Amino acid sequence: MVKSFYFGIVFGIAATVAALWFVRVVDQHREPSIVTVEPNGGNREVFHVNLPEDRILARSPDGATLLPESLAWPAAPVLAGVQAELYKLRDANGVVVGVASRISGPGDATGSVLEWALHLPARGTVYATLRPGSTADGYRDGALRAGTREFARLRGTVTERFESAGDDGGRIELTTALVAMGEPE
Amino acid sequence: MKYLFGFIVGTLFGAALCLAGLYHNPFADARGAAAIAISDQLLGEFSFPAVAAESIAFTNDGESTPAPHPAGIAELWEPAISRTRVLVTVMTERGEPAGIGVKFSSDSEATRLLRSEALVDSAWHVYLPGRGTFFVDQTENLWGYLRDVVIPARWSSADSWRGTWFGIVTAGPNALRTARLVGGSGRFADLDAEAVETWNARAYSTQQGPVAMQGSLMIALPGPPPVGLSQ
Repeated sequence: MVKSFYFGIVFGIAATVAALWFVRVVDQHREPSIVTVEPNGGNREVFHVNLPEDRILARSPDGATLLPESLAWPAAPVLAGVQAELYKLRDANGVVVGVASRISGPGDATGSVLEWALHLPARGTVYATLRPGSTADGYRDGALRAGTREFARLRGTVTERFESAGDDGGRIELTTALVAMGEPE
Repeated sequence: MKYLFGFIVGTLFGAALCLAGLYHNPFADARGAAAIAISDQLLGEFSFPAVAAESIAFTNDGESTPAPHPAGIAELWEPAISRTRVLVTVMTERGEPAGIGVKFSSDSEATRLLRSEALVDSAWHVYLPGRGTFFVDQTENLWGYLRDVVIPARWSSADSWRGTWFGIVTAGPNALRTARLVGGSGRFADLDAEAVETWNARAYSTQQGPVAMQGSLMIALPGPPPVGLSQ
């Protein structure tokens, strides 16, 4: 009986080590990436935000719009002109695949700011800086400034387009056209 | 029958022994502090409240602690984002509000408890009005925090923990266990630097999560600091 007890101890340690090594503690849910191959070899991917249902947080530059309504925006003067928004991000099939922040600010000594951070938990994060002014056809152009994990070695463009559907509704479309660094474009 | 009983008891004892050894692993903290913590090239140090109720907004799947804040904020219940948390907070420098920070945190699939690694993939999106914007790509290891704060709180009959815990949670992705900082605009445009995040916890409740905790984000240059970047 003592021998089987000692054998059990060794087995218990080995089984625990094996379980901790091979069993995944975290397994992020993945949706298939819907990617279109560009003629130059890059990949185009379209994400979108449906308004108002995908809006998590919003604060207009003048502070008149706050969402959720119970949001208490700090009274600090330095934050007065900040426009901060948080959204759920959907892929081309309309499935939520991530969370995105959109931050913009007024012109000052450092110029106007318009940026997106797209956080896709199973893939990585895209950090894009955009030109605040929109083109004649309603697009705002920008570039991928940095990416993490799957997006770490990519570069390319990011464009934003807002399609209003009246009142508070609409759709924000974000298109990434990215190519791996070092590959011919 | 008695041999089977001895084997089962031994197996349970062995598993408990293994878990105890893992929990008290003296080598878990032996990887050293991030080099930036003792750097003389600091560009800035930004503090933020790491307590959900003291932030501008915090949200998660709605079932985990801490609870989303403020009331009515959308919860991240969809499968692809259910293991993600978002914190929106004021970034304070030398006691004065300097800007706003958005932190995304997702449980990492690289987590390996056997190596004392409870990893989180996180990203900071920071806007300092009048100064510019930057982005921080970070891998956090919360093992020390879980072992020293969260688990003792769950073992406590009061379901809480009080004390002082200070730790560097940044564990990558840079080779020296620092985070990667990329400037976006303004004075930070074209900046490539490093960052580390530290937590200073003083109270934790199993019901509310962190009750008294302050976070700090230190950023530093690999080389000499350019004129005008620090305030």
